[in-house]
Amino acid sequence: MTFELADRVQTVPPSGIRRFFEIAEERDDVISLGVGEPDFATPWAARDAAIASLEQGKTSYTANRGKRELRDAIADYVADRFDLGYDPGEEIIVTAGASEAVDLAFRAFVDPGDTVAIAQPSYISYEPGVIFAGGDVLPVPTKEDDDFRLTVDALEEAGAQDADVLVLCYPNNPTGAIMREADLEPIAEFVREHDQIVLSDEIYAELTYEGEHTSIATFEGMRERTIVFNGFSKAHAMTGLRLGYALGPADAIHAMNKIHQYAMLSAPTTAQHAALEALDSCEDDVREMVSQYDRRRQFVLSRFREIGMDVFEAKGAFYCFPEVPDGFTAEEFAEAVLHEQGVAVVPGDVFGAGGEGHLRVSYATGLQDLREAMNRLEAFVAAHG
Amino acid sequence: MSEREVLELLRENARYSAADIARMTDLDEAEVEAAIDELEAAGVVQGYQAVVDWDELEDERVRAEVELNVRLDRETGYADIAERLARFPEVTALRLVSGDYDFDMEVEGDSIREVSQFISEKVAPVPEITQTVTHYVMTSYKENGIEFGDGDDDDRLSVSP
Repeated sequence: MTFELADRVQTVPPSGIRRFFEIAEERDDVISLGVGEPDFATPWAARDAAIASLEQGKTSYTANRGKRELRDAIADYVADRFDLGYDPGEEIIVTAGASEAVDLAFRAFVDPGDTVAIAQPSYISYEPGVIFAGGDVLPVPTKEDDDFRLTVDALEEAGAQDADVLVLCYPNNPTGAIMREADLEPIAEFVREHDQIVLSDEIYAELTYEGEHTSIATFEGMRERTIVFNGFSKAHAMTGLRLGYALGPADAIHAMNKIHQYAMLSAPTTAQHAALEALDSCEDDVREMVSQYDRRRQFVLSRFREIGMDVFEAKGAFYCFPEVPDGFTAEEFAEAVLHEQGVAVVPGDVFGAGGEGHLRVSYATGLQDLREAMNRLEAFVAAHG
Repeated sequence: MSEREVLELLRENARYSAADIARMTDLDEAEVEAAIDELEAAGVVQGYQAVVDWDELEDERVRAEVELNVRLDRETGYADIAERLARFPEVTALRLVSGDYDFDMEVEGDSIREVSQFISEKVAPVPEITQTVTHYVMTSYKENGIEFGDGDDDDRLSVSP
């Protein structure tokens, strides 16, 4: 017999990243600038705490919403860092990565037929997540002229006034764009005016290289309609430990927890111990990693300018988003540079509307490799100029 | 402030070129070179050396940590003794420390015999030195902030979202 697949699963095309992954894996001389996770290991103190928790046999489930101690620590952390006030008892849920939290939100707030506007280019999971939940996706392309920030014009042009939910991801994967307070203000106004829910993925918040990250939930009248997603994968280099969280009004978090308790029961216990220690004692490690990323960011941006590829000044996450030179589509360029020079980058189209003609270049890689990769890119551009 | 940043980067990797440091900072290449000149002239940067894991080489290299106790008198201070010891090329590091002994001295040579002879014939006889305790280094795991070993393999997926 053949399995009859559900329509909503069949609707979703295979990930565009997968193909490049397969080509890159075939060769052993590839320097990859296609990686969407830190090259650092989790700070040792956090790993040590995880090991200690295993030694002590702390391997049972935790409360559905996560260990109370961890939720308390998260509440203190987000209050301190981002001026976000949430009650650890009712308004925080700890999940298996921020990705789980985002999925819970789609399932908790999106009904079949609801429209979910997604500011794009963006992380590749939002669109399938909406489709799996039965919703309709409305891509809202952002533009290089706006430094890939979302504007009310872009929202109106896409028809987002009719959307029920708006998904934001700033600092942005894949562009590295950030939204300042002044950029968010009109978006908040738009959302309030059209009575929408905002799902704000702020996983890269700590990786903001100029000024401080501002959350849209801090604007007047926004807290009640916003879910903020964050986690330990990026800033604390804990991707494989799978730990994230969502912050929101009690009834919304309660609804997400309803799904979470059946689907996941609780986030990985060992990872929760690591996360608690990460918040307790790893601030210096985070600062050090951020300063390393910042140097690499400046290095890569400088090199693109020297090579003669147009690149806007990315100020967040660990990506920059250069323009593909004339004569190539993003996909052609990415494929050719991988074959000819052994450098892996991801074509921008993969990340949705507005990404075409661009490449996502990750600088979550040591400087030595970055230097070599940029030299190879330079040789490629020179050979095809 | 810019010197501080340049210093930090040189401490990370002294072989970064001025051009690379300029790319990583808000400085231009000439400013980086000026900052390095200034750091050297002021004596902040005293030199540049490779960090070596001797275990990876065929040739034997013997290193020892030597604890030294000294007796001072009216004419002789720590600095005088240090100056005398530091002149020996066998001495690679010399520090005055707190605790049970006075100086912490690192010595290098081609053989245990050479290092032992150096300590017994050149160091111990110094009149102010009252005691030496020599610890031969058996294995080094980390030097100058660099962990020794095969290096971490990058086991991340080569392309990920």
